[in-house]
Amino acid sequence: MNQASEKVIVRLTNVDKNFDSERVVKKLNLDIEEGEFLTLLGPSGCGKTTTLRMIAGFEYPTEGQIFLEGEDVDDKKPNERNVNTVFQNYALFPHMNVFDNIAFGLVEKKVKKEEIQRRVEEMIKLVQLDGMEKRMPSQMSGGQKQRVAIARALVNRPKVLLLDEPLGALDLKLRKQMQGELKHLQRQLGITFIYVTHDQEEALTMSDRIAIMNHGYLEQVGTPEEVYNHPKTKFVADFIGESNIIEGYIENMTDNSIEVTMESGKAVIAEKGYRLEEIIYLCVRPENLKLSTDPVKGFRFRGQVREHVFIGSINKTMIELPNGQMLKAETPAEDELIPVGTVVNVYWNPGKVVVMRTKEEQIYNVIEQSVEIEGMTNDQIF
Amino acid sequence: MKKRRKVREFKPYSMFYACLVYLFLYLPIFVVIAFSFNTSKINITFEGFTFEWYWKMFENRQLMQSFGNTVIVAAVSTVFSVIIGTLCALGLYKFEFKLKNLISSSLYIPIVIPELVFAIALLIFFTSIHVSMSMVTLIIAHVTFSMPFVVITVRARLAGFDKSIEEAARDLGANEFRTFMRVTLPMISPGVISGGMLALTMSLDDVVVSFFTAGPESTTLPLKILGMVRKGVSPDVNALSTLMIFGTIVILLTSTLIQGRLEKRM
Ligand SMILES: Nc1ncnc2c1ncn2[C@@H]1O[C@H](COP(=O)(O)OP(=O)(O)OP(=O)(O)O)[C@@H](O)[C@H]1O
Ligand SMILES: [Mg+2]
Repeated sequence: MNQASEKVIVRLTNVDKNFDSERVVKKLNLDIEEGEFLTLLGPSGCGKTTTLRMIAGFEYPTEGQIFLEGEDVDDKKPNERNVNTVFQNYALFPHMNVFDNIAFGLVEKKVKKEEIQRRVEEMIKLVQLDGMEKRMPSQMSGGQKQRVAIARALVNRPKVLLLDEPLGALDLKLRKQMQGELKHLQRQLGITFIYVTHDQEEALTMSDRIAIMNHGYLEQVGTPEEVYNHPKTKFVADFIGESNIIEGYIENMTDNSIEVTMESGKAVIAEKGYRLEEIIYLCVRPENLKLSTDPVKGFRFRGQVREHVFIGSINKTMIELPNGQMLKAETPAEDELIPVGTVVNVYWNPGKVVVMRTKEEQIYNVIEQSVEIEGMTNDQIF
Repeated sequence: MKKRRKVREFKPYSMFYACLVYLFLYLPIFVVIAFSFNTSKINITFEGFTFEWYWKMFENRQLMQSFGNTVIVAAVSTVFSVIIGTLCALGLYKFEFKLKNLISSSLYIPIVIPELVFAIALLIFFTSIHVSMSMVTLIIAHVTFSMPFVVITVRARLAGFDKSIEEAARDLGANEFRTFMRVTLPMISPGVISGGMLALTMSLDDVVVSFFTAGPESTTLPLKILGMVRKGVSPDVNALSTLMIFGTIVILLTSTLIQGRLEKRM
């Protein structure tokens, strides 16, 4: 399937997982390459942990296959797989001290005593827990426990490390620090990381690629830059960063631009490959949404300034459209503000808009899949 | 801040009250201990100090034999109760199956039904399958009534058990058996030990069930004492009781110590 130079180390093909009658993971296809930092990102309950647990071997797919290093692992138990997990709640052994916790996997592999000693000490240094060998987990802080959990997994030199929201329990500052350390460790050791989080900022800063999941579906896989600047679905556009999503239909097309009619006005975008009268979504990042008191060529799109909010170095402006929809615009804090209540022209650089087809055509073009989610409103799907 | 008072100060009247409670609990025991050193044969007046009854007790072959029986029955039944009870608790924790609630609550029946009824039921059961009463029936009977206590204590321990800790062990390469030995068992061991201690003490002083299920050769110490006091409480019974009290205290202290150690580690 994949003939790229990179080696695929984890491959999920058509993986489905049902709990009772609930389908939590749906037709998941994903290739993860050796040495890559891949993040599974998505809202709570979308199936991230379940996916990770299937790779680790704690759950088995209802359908589909999982390959580790090219080998179907359907009959492999967790202890027979060359992957290790850092659990969300650390799951340290409460009756063992730090040293014994870290040495656990090596003891199971019957590694020689001197080598265990050497490798555990090396690991303790790496995660900066020097001098804490004899501490019990109950005597450690969250951040320290987290390091033990990472060391305990890494000491086995797994091919793949699975991390389930490893920083979830830490405060913001420690979290930021650990993010850097984790990324550094991953680079240094060249281990494949499959990292679960629902913090989009964490995902964007740490990952080589991000896989965005929603309701058990994989919505998009791509580099942070791709998913941020070229979201493929409305959900991704909305979930990664903030977005203004406006529905419209194609009124007129010229060689290099499209005129779009929306409920609240008209605008232009620079896109190709759409049909006349097709219904589309425009996705405009707040930093790309511009306001002007003067008319703008190609745009007839007006709204009323409702509110200004200062967030550090930027200023957020809320604009209400005639149909009630709220748009967000971001401007540098030093820019002059348009008074609240003013009616303004809303516009953008036509090249800075991401266009998405409506769901029927693009997002779930597999009919079978959209049948699965009938009974939900459109809002839930996206 | 003159009027500042310590919280939870022990006031004189609560002290007095506490003394009364302890007196009520322990005075009878002190009387027994005191009279075991009494030179007089009658438990009314204290005439002088002697170790005579202790020597007499050790010379009493029947008494010593029933003591031996008690120790054997208690030890063997405790071992079986602990093994079966722990496995039972683990099974109830790990697996989901039909009628699980019914099965788990039926475990408590031996605890709640009157002991006499339970003892007679055992007797009828053994005779109906033509098994004559012996050490074996006695041990089986003791296991049936003490095993549920092990189940209760181990289940209590498992209630706060984080499943991902076992998963972590599997993840790090331990198979089911190794996971049990290195992770599960050490973590539930405080529950296993307190269950075992309960089983041991229940077995040591059981009278009712033993009375119906012991064979002629397997009389236990409590049964023997019961037989002896029919003819009045003699000083050697006092001596024996005193020794049993100390034995119990020793067991209790060791188990508290071990448990304290185990729990402090977690
Ligand atoms: N053992 C289970 N039995 C039944 N349902 C389960 C089980 N584990 C998970 N689920 C369900 O599967 C869905 C996905 O769960 P999962 O834990 O994978 O979500 P998640 O993406 O990790 O969410 P979060 O970000 O909150 O951790 C949820 O609706 C959950 O209720
Ligand atoms: Mg999760």
